[in-house]
Amino acid sequence: MVPITTVHYLVVAAALFVLGVIGVLIRRNVVIVLMSIELILNAVNLNLVAFSRMWGTIHGQANLQGQVFAIFIIVDAAAEAAVGLGILIAFFRNKETVNVDEIDLLKW
Amino acid sequence: MNPGMNAALNSGMAPVATPWFFYALAGLAVLSGVLVITLRNAVHAALALIVTLLSVASLYLMLYAPFVAGVQIVVYAGGIMVLFLFVIMLVNIERSSKERRFNRIWPAGLAAACALLALFVSAFVKGKALFMDRGMPLPESSNTQQIATMLYGEAGRMGQYTFAFEIASLLLLVAILGAVIMTKKKI
Amino acid sequence: MPNFIMSYLGSTVTPGEAGNQFWALIYVLIIFAGVSVAVIAMNWIERKALAHFQVRLGPMRVGPHGLLQPIADAVKLMLKEDIIPAEADQFVFWVAPLIGLLAAFTVYTVIPFGPSQAVSDMNIGILFMLGVSSLGVLGVVVAGWASNSHYPLIGALRSSAQMVSYEVAMGLAVVSAILMTSMNASGTGTLSMIGIVQAQQQQGVWFIFKFFPLGLLALVVFAIAMIAETNRAPFDLAEAESELTAGYHTEYSGLRWSLFMLSEYTAMIAVSSIAVTLWLGGWLRPFPNLLHAPAWDFIFSLFPGLTFLGLAAIAFIGTARMPSQSFFKIQRIGLAVFAALLGFIALLLLVIAVAGRSADTSLAARFNEGIGYVYWFVLKVAVFMYLFIWYRATWPRYRFDQLMKIGWKVMLPISLGVLMVTAIVGVIVS
Repeated sequence: MVPITTVHYLVVAAALFVLGVIGVLIRRNVVIVLMSIELILNAVNLNLVAFSRMWGTIHGQANLQGQVFAIFIIVDAAAEAAVGLGILIAFFRNKETVNVDEIDLLKW
Repeated sequence: MNPGMNAALNSGMAPVATPWFFYALAGLAVLSGVLVITLRNAVHAALALIVTLLSVASLYLMLYAPFVAGVQIVVYAGGIMVLFLFVIMLVNIERSSKERRFNRIWPAGLAAACALLALFVSAFVKGKALFMDRGMPLPESSNTQQIATMLYGEAGRMGQYTFAFEIASLLLLVAILGAVIMTKKKI
Repeated sequence: MPNFIMSYLGSTVTPGEAGNQFWALIYVLIIFAGVSVAVIAMNWIERKALAHFQVRLGPMRVGPHGLLQPIADAVKLMLKEDIIPAEADQFVFWVAPLIGLLAAFTVYTVIPFGPSQAVSDMNIGILFMLGVSSLGVLGVVVAGWASNSHYPLIGALRSSAQMVSYEVAMGLAVVSAILMTSMNASGTGTLSMIGIVQAQQQQGVWFIFKFFPLGLLALVVFAIAMIAETNRAPFDLAEAESELTAGYHTEYSGLRWSLFMLSEYTAMIAVSSIAVTLWLGGWLRPFPNLLHAPAWDFIFSLFPGLTFLGLAAIAFIGTARMPSQSFFKIQRIGLAVFAALLGFIALLLLVIAVAGRSADTSLAARFNEGIGYVYWFVLKVAVFMYLFIWYRATWPRYRFDQLMKIGWKVMLPISLGVLMVTAIVGVIVS
């Protein structure tokens, strides 16, 4: 078996990213769209951590900047999920639907 | 479980899982990702997303990032997914199983995503030389301490990301306030 | 292969560190068996203790003094009809108890019973524990949803809201204990469970007594949070029969319900083990540094044998006091056999303690040491278990809004305050 290199992790991250993009573009249910956004963020995190592993050491110490960036993205994803779901609940009170193509109150 | 593997494990600094683990976890992550975007029932899709998050956390463990894996399990799988499940239960009572799953313009979305995939594939095939793996095993036992040094600083100096850390906590405060105010019935 | 197995036997690290999968599997099986026995014993002790608190006798018929009652319960639950509600989501209904059970049992991977007696001493042990126990909330939420019925849904939402709220206070109390591990010469703490107990040993003080009363206050906050985490009284609104007809596990019957009960008791033992490891010194015997002479080591190593001797004596007294009619004969014989078994275990432990008295590395000495570690750990966890039962017998239930108010408005500020004061005191002292 080939040893697992960085490119293997990048391919997995790319696959998850494309799956997330498909989910955002195709699904009608807003909650599933938000979950696809979480998939995209996870793909980005995997990319960052794989690169932090690839760059090895800097100044003799392990280069963990990618991992710190990934932690910040996880924090950010939590904030964004909370706010996004809050918006969804506020909208659901008005129109009783969770389908993206029925959220068209501004259309004329 | 052969002695050869044990010798390899004992000689290195930190145990590295075999390629079999990588293929199993990566396959599980991608399969659950496909389930997330195709399942009709939102609760099933949330459970599939939990499986994806846990397998990505295991991939972080393989990449010598135990702290990020722990944070992923605590925050993502244990916090954000509970939030998603709560909202699904508040919002999605029983109607969605009879409705259409996909948009009316889903071919256009799929085409755009395939173009993106083609871009990624060409980047990986042509730029393979850029992603040269140094192959150095990172020490696992001081991962948390080193991340803490970067985030908090040491010996009286500020760390490299201390300012960003404080801004992130401010961001979380704003998100909490926003979520609470938006879901109140009367402000 | 045999030298792969034998090569671990003399080592001083956990099987996870040594990369030895065989012994890790053996440890996992031992922990699984031990926790199952503990859950069964806990079931019996809870029914007898609650009964005696309420001035009645509890189960007396099934075995001598009801000792076989848990086994009868288990058999009954296994033979009950497995009812699934008509419109319930089949797959999710099946998987919900498993999520809770997996989350409860996975915590045992990091719990140390001795300096090298853990399945794996992860570098991020405490973080792993917090993460995995927050996965248990998912099992509750999904169980309530899958039952497709009002009471389970409301019970599940309430129960999971309660668990999530008290997780915050629990995490902050844990952080203040971790902070105390860094008050040593090099100023570096550790997140690994074995490292935390070794920090207590090195600093010569259990963290409950460190910077008194800060350690005690952190333990009190953690103890209250862990009762709320496991949905036990007085925070058991979501599953009490008089309130919500048993909450999120209403629609579960037979073996599935017993899986929920198993995961609840397992989670109780797991969080008690965490509390013991963080604040009460884990496997350390009382005064490990102060009373260090071999004579004191020998006296403390007699404790396991003497405990079992005491239990055997109680069982013998019970045998003697049993009524002498003929239909009590088999119960009398059963209790006498049980007492003899306990006495035999006591004799074995005393023999090992005496034989391992010399400080060399003979097999008896190593057994003695290992038994001592496990005994002190289990004793401290048993104290916490008894406290769980005591709280259930004594205190009335909290109303849900009172419960949430305590979680957010009392526990969170107190644990934040303890954390800040601990940090300030630590900086001043060092």
